[in-house]
Amino acid sequence: MALPVGALPGSGARRSWVPWALLRLGGVAFVLWAVATVTFFAIRLIPGDPAEAILGGPGSQASAAAFAQARVDYGLDQPLFVQYLQYLGRMLRGELGTSYALKQPVIAIVGENLGGTLLLAVVSLIVAAAIALALAAWSARGGRVASGVGWLLEVVAAAIPHFWLAISLILLFSTTFGWFPPVSVPGPLGLVLPVLTLALPLSGFLAQVMRESILDAMASPFVLAARARGEGSGGVFWRHALRHAAIPAIGLAGWAFGSLISGAVVVETIFARPGLGRSLLSAVQQRDVPLVLGVVLVVALGYMLVTTLTDVADRLVDPRLRAS
Amino acid sequence: MTALVSVRDLSVSFGETKVVSGISFDIEPGQCIAIVGESGSGKSVTARALLGLTGGTVTASRLRFDTTDIADASPRQLQRLRGRDIGFISQGALVALDPLRPVGREIADPLRLHGSLSAAGRQARVLDLLTQVGVPDPALRASQRPDELSGGLRQRAVIASAIAMQPRLLIADEPTTALDTTVQAGILDLLERLRVEGAAILLISHDLAVVSRLASHLLVMSTGRVVESGPTQRVLADPQHPYTRSLIAAVPTGRPRFSRLTSAPAAEPVPTDPAPGEPTSFEQREVLAADRLCKRFGSLRAVDDVSFSLKRGRTLGIVGESGSGKTTLARLVLALERPESGDVSLLGEPWTDVPESARRARRPRIGAIYQDALSSFDPRWTVGRILADALGGAAGVPVLLESVGLSPDSAGRRPRHLSGGQQQRVAIARAIAPRPDILVCDEPVSSLDVSVQAQVLDLLDDLQRSLRLSYLFISHDLGVVRHMSDDVLVMRDGHVVESGPTGAVFGAPQHEYTKGLIAATLQLP
Amino acid sequence: MRRLLPWIGIAALLFLLIAALAPGLLAPADPLAIHPTQSFRAPSFAHLFGTDESGRDIFTRVIHGTGASLLIGVSATAIGIGLALVFGLLAGLGPRWLDFGTTRFLEVLFAFPGLLLALLFIVVYGPGVVTSTIAVGLATAPGYARIIRSRVLVVRRAPYLEAATVLGRSWWFRLWRHLLPNVAGSLFVLVTLGIGQSIVWASSLSYLGLGAVPPAAEWGAMLSAGRTYLTSFWWMTFFPGLFIMISAVATTLVGRGLQERSRDS
Repeated sequence: MALPVGALPGSGARRSWVPWALLRLGGVAFVLWAVATVTFFAIRLIPGDPAEAILGGPGSQASAAAFAQARVDYGLDQPLFVQYLQYLGRMLRGELGTSYALKQPVIAIVGENLGGTLLLAVVSLIVAAAIALALAAWSARGGRVASGVGWLLEVVAAAIPHFWLAISLILLFSTTFGWFPPVSVPGPLGLVLPVLTLALPLSGFLAQVMRESILDAMASPFVLAARARGEGSGGVFWRHALRHAAIPAIGLAGWAFGSLISGAVVVETIFARPGLGRSLLSAVQQRDVPLVLGVVLVVALGYMLVTTLTDVADRLVDPRLRAS
Repeated sequence: MTALVSVRDLSVSFGETKVVSGISFDIEPGQCIAIVGESGSGKSVTARALLGLTGGTVTASRLRFDTTDIADASPRQLQRLRGRDIGFISQGALVALDPLRPVGREIADPLRLHGSLSAAGRQARVLDLLTQVGVPDPALRASQRPDELSGGLRQRAVIASAIAMQPRLLIADEPTTALDTTVQAGILDLLERLRVEGAAILLISHDLAVVSRLASHLLVMSTGRVVESGPTQRVLADPQHPYTRSLIAAVPTGRPRFSRLTSAPAAEPVPTDPAPGEPTSFEQREVLAADRLCKRFGSLRAVDDVSFSLKRGRTLGIVGESGSGKTTLARLVLALERPESGDVSLLGEPWTDVPESARRARRPRIGAIYQDALSSFDPRWTVGRILADALGGAAGVPVLLESVGLSPDSAGRRPRHLSGGQQQRVAIARAIAPRPDILVCDEPVSSLDVSVQAQVLDLLDDLQRSLRLSYLFISHDLGVVRHMSDDVLVMRDGHVVESGPTGAVFGAPQHEYTKGLIAATLQLP
Repeated sequence: MRRLLPWIGIAALLFLLIAALAPGLLAPADPLAIHPTQSFRAPSFAHLFGTDESGRDIFTRVIHGTGASLLIGVSATAIGIGLALVFGLLAGLGPRWLDFGTTRFLEVLFAFPGLLLALLFIVVYGPGVVTSTIAVGLATAPGYARIIRSRVLVVRRAPYLEAATVLGRSWWFRLWRHLLPNVAGSLFVLVTLGIGQSIVWASSLSYLGLGAVPPAAEWGAMLSAGRTYLTSFWWMTFFPGLFIMISAVATTLVGRGLQERSRDS
């Protein structure tokens, strides 16, 4: 459809970004509420008496009085809708209840374990991005070796289960070479294998996306025009191609975060690292409802934060999006 | 007397394929040489050879710019030449500028790479350059990105970037393609001014009219070779080579209605009719009428109070620049959009005011062909399936293919493996399969080479006479519209500024806008 | 070399298919046979992949477990893509409000990254093969739904659909003859890639003890059993994991091959 020449987007004053920010915030709040509600009602679907789980699981020998007390303590005697409202209210105040199994406030448990998982996730993301960038840059220089390696890594990334990669890495570097400990120890040495396990598959995906984008950019007319102005290969890569490659990578960041959290569950378990992943797993195994709820909510909040951040980053890198 | 550029026996190959061979020419300072050819002729590759940016293997007995031998130069030397001594203006400025960077940065790049100005100095020079090339409000424009600028402004920005270091040679590859007629005239004026100020220009184009305006000498290329060369005036007035002759003959501008543009025989035998163009008394039936059509998109008036009447067997041309509303009008006529007010009647019956279910039975009466034929085909269907679907059976497909000048074994192929001209023929075949009364042609030849364009236009002429079709022919190209139409509507910003028989409107235009359009249209001498 | 890769994938898949349908051909021994005196043997000629804690031959168990494991992958993918088709088509074809509602719903599901949605499902319905299969299907559905939706939206706006309108084709015709076939084309690739992915995820759940349980000769169950002996008797988890990886790589190779072929043709 042809637009008249005068009405091009963006010409004239720049539109304020405040309405957009408010809309995003509203969206985030909505999703969080929905997540909390879905989790709440999903948990309530669990067959069996929650009081039983509180008092040590099925086959508990507790007396009827203890059951009754547990119900009152945890508000289980109220009608469902009241429980839901109480739950929402507590959430807004930041109280996530008390863990059935560990008998501690969920907030405290999450707080203790958050740091470890965050550290793992952030370091893995950085390492993955570095590998991906190096691989993509190498591919950009051309050459069949580079594109072959990139392709291989991307297939591997899509197909290797985290646990198998972890096992292989342990076998290789711990058992055989003895360079790194198989079980996590505090300090950077203990981070190496877990980070590698998470970073390698992720870097495969990122590399593929960036590589395609760089190749597209290098073949495009504006790169030809840049070369015709006297720009060398380095300048073309850093000033032009890189920015184009970043766009899809940033778009993947939200998904990458999710993948890292999923992977953390496995990696923390294998390497016996304290963290949200391991806590979540044991909570699921023990049907520790409040803890599951707490971790899921925190993760959802984190995920929403990451997606919002990537949206902002997207707009910074690709100014074309600012107009919409 | 040494020429600025001297080329002898230039050849370029990509692997086994030789795309350019045996090219020789010289360019003097302040002279404009043009290379004319259609797509695939190798003209762009030849131009890029002077920059060392072909991407293929280059051999030449001489490939000299000033004192540098380009074939032997090191990458460093070439990088110094590019942007500083040789400026490159490429076509399609939307893709020639990095969509993520402000235009000002792109213009400042040659200054940064070859000059010694500070950042502030570069900024000032960029504004200066933008003013030089005629961009209003340069401070604002420099901070904008390419998609925020109109086509004409983008091209001017590209030119600014190319002349930043005042190069002695400018290579302009299709600098005015896809620009509106009036905008095109402005760009050509700018290039002429640069030439007068001392730059040598190597102009690459498929458009003979553009070339005749700027170049003193021209080379005609076809399939990698030069078939004819010489002073522009002489070549155009007295072409020697058959290819040059057919190229000149194919240009529709100034050619009378129903004259043939190609030398190929008519696809269908011409029936013994009264002279084309003269309406017979019993054929005056009105097949399509629009009455005060209006269509808005938000606050934009795309079509504003447009009325027309199309009679059987005649062609109504609609001409206008981008944004004039002609495509929206086509969509209203095809009932793909609902008008806000006004209506269209097809063969005397209401067309736009009725529900789709009532229209569906009559849809075969009106067909359409578009600028991009390929995207109008289902990518999974073969040509045969497309036509069989339109015919209602596979039986008539071979005959249909032949009637548009395609061989029957095209039926097994996929449209994306066909050339642009062949794709458009398939689209025409599909459109005429249900034996319609009216064909809406929305820029049907705008993306085709001149000689292919001539074939398609001749085909449309033949079909019109043998099938008694009426055409609604939409184009931005005045020459094409004038050649194809009996009556014409001139549109601008959604409304009709002038209308009437073609001869009257083009011969004695009343409205300022029409006069301006005609004046900006280039004619071959 | 590049062109050979999909064929390698197909060859691997054929091998796996034989292992699934006629495991006796490749491993004639009984996968459930216990030999307590031969437990925890390392890989050797007698036991190619070693033995587990009850002396069962791991090679035999891996081969016999192929059928069950592939079935899980296929079922989970079927569930995931089935759900995704429903949501993706609804969102892409329906009126604006339906698209809006469905996309918001998908967004919520997306806020449970990957494994977490599966874990949530398992918390409610308990661990096991069936629940883990359904859980994986549920967890992968939103991702596929998003892809299907955007494909539908692209095709819906395609010029050839409009050309069909001009020819007088009804909405139904356009849907069946043009839109759905062009959307389904990309599905094929999704399914092939998806099967590999599902096998990986289901096995991850099993590894965590939430999926299949021993003594079933199913890869996931074997992983679960071998968990505790990770560093000491590594072959119990390594070889089932290897086969999981092979299945996933094979399907990925075939899937990418299909993708490239549709791009070139």
